[in-house]
Amino acid sequence: MKKIQTLATDCESGSRTTDVKKSSGVTRPNMTKAILIGLLGFALWYIIYKQLEPFSYFFAYSIVGLEKGSHLGEAIQFFVYDTPKVMMLLTLIVFVIGMIRSFFTQERTRKYLAGKRETAGNVMAALLGIVTPFCSCSAVPLFLGFVQAGVPLGVTFSFLIAAPMVNEIAVVLLYGLLGWKVAALYLFTGIMIAIISGWIIGRFKLEHWIEDWVQAMRASEAIVVEEELTWADRIGRGREAVRDIVGKVWIYVVAGIGVGAAIHGYVPEAFMASIMGKDAWWSVPAAVVVGIPMYSNAAGIVPVVEALLGKGAALGTVLAFMMSVIALSLPEMVILRKVLKPKLIAVFIAVVGTGILFTGFLFNQII
Amino acid sequence: MEIKVCGPGCASCEKAQKTVEAAIAAKQIQATLTKVTDFQEIAQLGIFSTPAVVVNGEVKCVGRVPKQSEVEEWLS
Repeated sequence: MKKIQTLATDCESGSRTTDVKKSSGVTRPNMTKAILIGLLGFALWYIIYKQLEPFSYFFAYSIVGLEKGSHLGEAIQFFVYDTPKVMMLLTLIVFVIGMIRSFFTQERTRKYLAGKRETAGNVMAALLGIVTPFCSCSAVPLFLGFVQAGVPLGVTFSFLIAAPMVNEIAVVLLYGLLGWKVAALYLFTGIMIAIISGWIIGRFKLEHWIEDWVQAMRASEAIVVEEELTWADRIGRGREAVRDIVGKVWIYVVAGIGVGAAIHGYVPEAFMASIMGKDAWWSVPAAVVVGIPMYSNAAGIVPVVEALLGKGAALGTVLAFMMSVIALSLPEMVILRKVLKPKLIAVFIAVVGTGILFTGFLFNQII
Repeated sequence: MEIKVCGPGCASCEKAQKTVEAAIAAKQIQATLTKVTDFQEIAQLGIFSTPAVVVNGEVKCVGRVPKQSEVEEWLS
């Protein structure tokens, strides 16, 4: 182990010197050029974005010639407006986040959190959970890494909860489709649930419910391969993220908006009020339970959320449903089972589920 | 040459595997490529984010899919 460690650091310092040479000579003009192209691209993006709504009306009522106010007309207008709008927002944000993420590697996050006490650590972990690159299948190695680095269990959970739940794609889509207030509420409550749930799990002192072989690893050392990235590299990371994520989720987005459009055009205005309205208190726990086995990424669920809200479903109920779908997913539990004993997974579901329930009831009360 | 690709088998890990295979083919070298999917084994190598590529016992990249040009450089 020790031998590998030194080899890795040797190679790291070797690559660093070559990179320094590169960055002093070539990257500066490249960076100015990159910023200029970026601004130009954004201006173009904005001009097209602003034309989408008038175009959708023009398309549905003039080109296709549907009657204003008809079911089919409304459904088609909604679809033609929302699909390019969501895709454009998604592309922009995934690109920017992809670039930001090149600054926050899991190694750096881990090193940073290892020195933190609980409470402050929970807050930091929840915030870092938003910007650190993470996918549900790397949950286990990440968990191992945190345990190995001596990050407290509760702080680790704050990270594990925040990472999927406070999803940047969801924030942007909520902003684009429902306005900044709903987006801010989602962001704030998501972070709070991650902080508080992690803190509670930390208080329970459940370290003995981690699988034994994980416990045994605490003493071993982690290999860190730090890379020096140029601005061109970071832009490349942004572009890769767009190709990866947008290429993967577009079909869900289109399908989600399709369902949304159907609800928008055909379901009567107050239909959801009786099932998912404020007066139906049981709808919040029901929404959480229904959400657990459903597995969707944030991008696919938001258009459905928009349509439900438009038809009289209460905001708290819909937020609870959405959080349950993305934060409490069955596949992730199955993966986590490899490192956690079933009791700890049960505690995890119970604590996070309670947090989501609380959020749902709270918003139904105050809004 | 001994190459290991570490990852539980998600999409990015598959991509890393393919990239390494392509690099080996392009460089036309003799190499044994093993896929490490067991979490315990991966952790024992000191790797805590996947995918990761190990060449002759040296960890070359952690937590991302490398570019083929990078891998070719590691192989030479």
